[in-house]
Amino acid sequence: MNTSADTTHNVHGSHPEFLAHHFHTPEQQSSSAKLGMWIFLGQEVLFFGGLFMSYVALRFFYPETFLAAHEYLSIPLGGLNTVVLITSSLTMALAVRAAQTSNNPALIRNLIFTFLFACVFLVVKYFEYSHKVHDCLLPGHFYGLPIPDPNLPGEMMYSPHCTVAAEIPGKPHVFFALYFAMTGMHGIHVVGGLVVIAWILLRARRGDFSSAYYTPVENVGLYWHLVDLIWIFLFPLLYLVR
Amino acid sequence: MSHAVANSAHGSQHNDHGTESNYLTARKGLLSWLFTLDHKRIGLMYLVSVIVFLLVGGLFALIVRAELMTPEGDLLDPDTYNRFFTLHGAIMVFLVIIPSIPASLGNIFLPLMLGAKDVAFPRLNLASFHIYVVGAMFFLYTLISGGLDTGWTFYTPYSIETGTSVIAATLGAFILGFSSIFTGLNFIVTIHKMRAPGMSWYRMPLFLWAIYSTSLIQVLATPVLAITLLLLIMERAFGIGIFDASLGGDPVLFQHFFWFYSHPAVYIMILPGFGVISEMITVHSRKNIFGYKAIALSSVAIAVIGFLVWGHHMFTSGQSEIASALFSFITFAVAVPTAIKVFSWVATLYGGSIRFTTPMWYTLSFLFLFTIGGLTGLFLGSLATDIHLHDTYFVVAHFHYVMAGGTIIAFLGALHHWWPKITGRMYNEGLGKISALLVFLGFNLTFFPQFVMGSHGMPRRYHSYLPEYQTWHVISSIGSFVLGAGVFLAVCYLTYSALRGKKAPDNPWNGVSLEWETATPPIEHNFVTQPVATRGPYEFDEIDTSSGRSHH
Repeated sequence: MNTSADTTHNVHGSHPEFLAHHFHTPEQQSSSAKLGMWIFLGQEVLFFGGLFMSYVALRFFYPETFLAAHEYLSIPLGGLNTVVLITSSLTMALAVRAAQTSNNPALIRNLIFTFLFACVFLVVKYFEYSHKVHDCLLPGHFYGLPIPDPNLPGEMMYSPHCTVAAEIPGKPHVFFALYFAMTGMHGIHVVGGLVVIAWILLRARRGDFSSAYYTPVENVGLYWHLVDLIWIFLFPLLYLVR
Repeated sequence: MSHAVANSAHGSQHNDHGTESNYLTARKGLLSWLFTLDHKRIGLMYLVSVIVFLLVGGLFALIVRAELMTPEGDLLDPDTYNRFFTLHGAIMVFLVIIPSIPASLGNIFLPLMLGAKDVAFPRLNLASFHIYVVGAMFFLYTLISGGLDTGWTFYTPYSIETGTSVIAATLGAFILGFSSIFTGLNFIVTIHKMRAPGMSWYRMPLFLWAIYSTSLIQVLATPVLAITLLLLIMERAFGIGIFDASLGGDPVLFQHFFWFYSHPAVYIMILPGFGVISEMITVHSRKNIFGYKAIALSSVAIAVIGFLVWGHHMFTSGQSEIASALFSFITFAVAVPTAIKVFSWVATLYGGSIRFTTPMWYTLSFLFLFTIGGLTGLFLGSLATDIHLHDTYFVVAHFHYVMAGGTIIAFLGALHHWWPKITGRMYNEGLGKISALLVFLGFNLTFFPQFVMGSHGMPRRYHSYLPEYQTWHVISSIGSFVLGAGVFLAVCYLTYSALRGKKAPDNPWNGVSLEWETATPPIEHNFVTQPVATRGPYEFDEIDTSSGRSHH
C-alpha cells in the first residue's frame, strides 16, 4: 500500500523538506502560493465591496442622518486605532524583511509587536463598542432599546435611559447598523489576523523560515496589509463624515 | 503527446505505467477517501454528491410537475408547493449545477489535462469539499426544519418576513460559496503555475479555458453573494434596515446585490458546459476544433461581459430606464461571444468523421437545446417584450433550456465521455443512447410547452392556474416524467458499469489531450514521468498536419 508513497520519495529525493511533492521547484511553490493569496485578497475586496456599496446607497438616501450620527463616534479613539494599525503594518513589513534576510530574532520580535498592536486595536474597539451599547446606539431593531409606548398603544418608544439615542434625527438605526456591520466584519478579519500571526510566530520560533523559504510570512503580511487598508477606508467613511 | 502512446490505445501499454496502482485502489478505507488530498478522489466524491443531489432536486421537480397536472391544487397545499419549488431551485443551483462540472470533472481532469501531479493547493481542495458537505448539511437541515418558501432568489422583503428557515438556507448558501471560491482560486493558480513543459496557453484543451473563465467569476462574484446573504441574515436577526423598506432600506438594493452574483453565476454554470462540448465535439468527430482562439477567448469575454448584465433581471423593478437600456444593450453584447462558440462547434462538425457515440448524442442535443435557450434569452433581454414575459413560464422555459438543456446535458455527455477514464469501465452504449434519447425528448416535451404557456401569460410559481393552460401543463408534466426516467436510467447503468462494466482501454476514444495518456483509471500520481505537450489538444493522428492546414 505504501509503495506509491515510497516511489515518490525516491523520485524526488532531492526535494527540500518544505517543498510539496506536486511542485517541481521552490520558485514554483512560492509563486503559486503568492498568486493564490492575491486572488484571495481580490475576493476579500469584493466581499467588503458589498458593504461599501450599501454604505454608498444609504448615505445617498440619508445624508443628514450620516452627518448627525457620525458625531457620536469618537474621532480620538478611531484615530488612535488608525495609528495602531498603520504601525502594525510597518512591523509586519519589517517581519517579512527579517524573514527574507534570515534574521530569525528580528522576525520573532516584529511578529510579537504586530500581534500586540492587533490586540491593542481590539481593546480600543471593545471600549468604543461598549460605549455605543451604553448609549443604546445599536443596530436596527435594537436602536434605543425600544419598549411599548404607554401613551400610544401599539407604538414603540426608546427606553427612558437612552437619552443619547433620542438626540439623533433621521434614521440613525441604519447608520449604526452599517457601523457595526462594517467594523464588526473588519474586526472578525483582525481576529483572523491574530490567529495566522500566532501561527507563523510559532513556526518562526521553531526555525521554519529563512531566506530560502518565507512564503507563509509574506502571505500573512499581505493579508494583514489588506486588513489595515480596509480600516483606512472605514475610518474616514464612518468617523469623518463632512 | 507522442504518437506511440496515442496509437497504442487498446490497453496494451499498462506496463508503461509502472507498478503504481490506480487512484481508486491505491489506499483503502473510508478515511483514505474522506481525508484524501488526491484531486481525483476529491473530484469523485464531488461527483457522487452532485448526482445524489441531482436526484433529490429532480424529485422535487417531479412532485411540482405532478401537482401541476390539474388546474386546482390537489396534491400539495400552497405552502408545501412553495417549499418544493424553492427547494428544487436552491438544491439544483447551489448543490448541483454550480459544482457539477467544475468541482467534479474539473477537479479530476484539470491536473491530468495540464500534465500536473495535482492542483496547486491539495489541502485547500479537500477543505473546499468539506465546506461543501457542511453547506449541504445546512440545506438538509432546512429541508427537515420547515423548509424554505422564498424561491431560490431569497428576495426581500418576503425573505425577511417568512417563518421558514431562511437563516439556515442562506448560511448554507454562504458556506457553499466559500467552497466555490476556494475551488476557483485553486484552479486559477493551477492553470497559471502547473502547466506541463510545452503546455502553452494556446495548447491547453478548451475545457481548461472554460474552467479558467469560470474560476475567475467564482472568485470575483461569489464574495458579493456572501456579504449579501450575511446582510440578509443580519436583516432578519437585527433589522439592520439595509434591505427593509419599512426601516429605511431598499429591497431593490438586495436585487442588485443578488444578481451581481447570480447573473455571473449563470456563466459559472454554463461555461464549463461549453468547455466539455469543445472536448467532445472534436474527439467524437475526429476533427481539430474550428477557431480555437475564438472559442478560448470568447470564454474570457463572456466572463468579463457577464459581470455587466445583472440589471436585466430587474427591468420591472423600477430601476432607472437608462440603466435598463444599458443593461439590455450589454445583454445583447454577451450573446456575441456565445454565438461565436456555437458557430465554431457547428463548423467543427463540418467535414468531420462523426461517431454517433453517447457523448456525441448529448453534444448534438446540447447544440440544439442551448441554441433555443440562448435565442429566447434575447426576447427577455429586450425591454419591451420582457415587460410582457417577465415572471411567466417563458422565463422558466428559457433558463431551463440553458441550465438543464445546456449545463446538465453537457454534464451528462461529459460523464459518458470520461466515464472510462474515471472508473476504468465502459458503460453500455445501447442503454446510453436510449437514455440520451429519453432525456432529449423528455426535456423538449417538458419545457417547450412552457414557452407557449408563458407567452400566453401563465405566471411562474403558481400552485393553481386557469383551466385554459391545462393541456400545456399536462404535456409538460408527462415530459418531465420521461426526462426523469432518462436521467434515472443513466444513473443506474453508469453505477452498474462502474462496478461490473467491461474493462476500459486507456484511450477508448483516441483522444490526444494529456488525460488520455495516463493509465485507466489513472495512477495515484497521475503520470509515471513528467508528460510533455508537443502538439495541440485536438491534432488527432489521422489528421494530416504536414501541410500546416489544421495548424491553428
